[in-house]
Amino acid sequence: MFNIFKKSAGALVCAALLSGVASSVPQIASAANERLQAVLERGVVRIGVQSRFVPWAYRAKDGSLKGIEVDLAHDVAKAMGVKLELVPIRSSNRMQFLQQGKVDLLIGAMSDRPDRRKIVGIVEPSYWASGMTLMAKKGAVSSWDDIRGKPICGKQGVFYNKIAESQFGAKVMAFTGNSEAKEAFRSGKCLAWLYDSSSIGMDLAMGEWKGYEAPVPTIRENPWGAAVPMEERDTLFGRFLSGMVYHWHESGRLIELEKKWGVPPSPWIAGMHKTHKYNRAYLGK
Amino acid sequence: MFEWMAPAFASLYKATGWNFIVFYERYEYDRFVDGAMLSIGLILLCLVLSIVIGVLGAWAQGSRSRAIRWGMGAYIQGFRNTPPVVQLLFFYFGFGAFVPQVDAGGYYEPLITAFGWAVISLGIFGGAFNVEIFRAGLEAVPRATVEGAESLGFSRLQIYAYVTLPLAFRFCLPALSNNLVSLAKTTSLAYVIAVPEMTYTLNQVWSDNVNVPEMMILLFLFYVVVVSLLSVFLGWLERRLALSGFG
Repeated sequence: MFNIFKKSAGALVCAALLSGVASSVPQIASAANERLQAVLERGVVRIGVQSRFVPWAYRAKDGSLKGIEVDLAHDVAKAMGVKLELVPIRSSNRMQFLQQGKVDLLIGAMSDRPDRRKIVGIVEPSYWASGMTLMAKKGAVSSWDDIRGKPICGKQGVFYNKIAESQFGAKVMAFTGNSEAKEAFRSGKCLAWLYDSSSIGMDLAMGEWKGYEAPVPTIRENPWGAAVPMEERDTLFGRFLSGMVYHWHESGRLIELEKKWGVPPSPWIAGMHKTHKYNRAYLGK
Repeated sequence: MFEWMAPAFASLYKATGWNFIVFYERYEYDRFVDGAMLSIGLILLCLVLSIVIGVLGAWAQGSRSRAIRWGMGAYIQGFRNTPPVVQLLFFYFGFGAFVPQVDAGGYYEPLITAFGWAVISLGIFGGAFNVEIFRAGLEAVPRATVEGAESLGFSRLQIYAYVTLPLAFRFCLPALSNNLVSLAKTTSLAYVIAVPEMTYTLNQVWSDNVNVPEMMILLFLFYVVVVSLLSVFLGWLERRLALSGFG
């Protein structure tokens, strides 16, 4: 099995895209596909995922990594026919991990931003989306203007911090991890917890935060991109990943994962599912 | 300063891609300067507190009361044998919960800020080592010198302040310099409790602007410069205080 893939990486991509149409594609061998070939030769794909981001990718009680992005990583490895090695990354070092070859592919809750596109090969379409929002005690905050001059808890390495400081004049205290920041927030060291809408929605849904709310409208809604090394964005590896993401949207896999992990349904994902539906009417019944 | 160097660094970025954004963009420059000043302040306060604790602690270690001696030993064991990161988190999150705070409408204005906790925690951490260093210095003071002072009618406190400590300070200065330099570097850990010192600030800058290598180099150079200045000062102090016939 493995040897077949090694000989014809092209066939692998087609297989993933066209759901298993067996065809003999001429061998494509070039330096442009270096990382993909390395993965196939190794028989293991190393995928960078978050490690403290419930329920996208986090350590379960038994120490293993679990979550939505971990499930997606398994899908990728399965489609490639290789073993999966999950590498825990942090928001502040994930792109360096990909650049330096410590991971082959990134599914790390990374917002797709123009500056990041210059550094890693973020593929289209995006697989998830979220924006910047606040969690605060009920009644403490009613608009974004209420945080001017007030201490706000954040997480280090998140680009919302700069927006909160420069656009809304907040004083951001950023901690190394979500749990530290939320502990500081819970013990009243700051007025609100500034973070991602999806994560805050999840916290509120889990019922640990009674008496708290997400009072301000989510802004800067931004899709999350999966990424391959920059050089391979437009070659086999990147195109393969595009196909994977397209298929996740088209098949409703992401909506299924939302349900499985109890995440509040995202209008963006529902919209993508609709627009990515391929019209097969011409095929008849 | 900023107006003078901004164009040079902006054109460096255009020409080579080396993005030292903290030297050509106002917002990032202000963050950098604030971070640098705060780091230097944090270092100085921690050093002073740790020396004060060292001097008082070494005095307490020689106390006649068993309870005080035992307490001192417990303090040294406790703080020498736990990592400074753990101590910072313990003080800020654990201890901080019991400190009075003022309701500021939706959040609390604490009596001791994160910066305050960093000074206290790192000062105490460095102090634990300093106590032992000063004790070694005190023990190196010749018994005959102390007896001489006693025979001149000096009290215990006077002997400590005028005879033993000045000599002990000279004896232990090399070891003390080592520990102070080490403590100065340890202050970079204050980022774990969101103290916006240099490491915290540059981490935020490189996350926002994706210029990790440049900012890492800058961070490295910052500590090289600051710690070198500290070492030079301590070296000068050592030479200045040298007594002929001792050490």
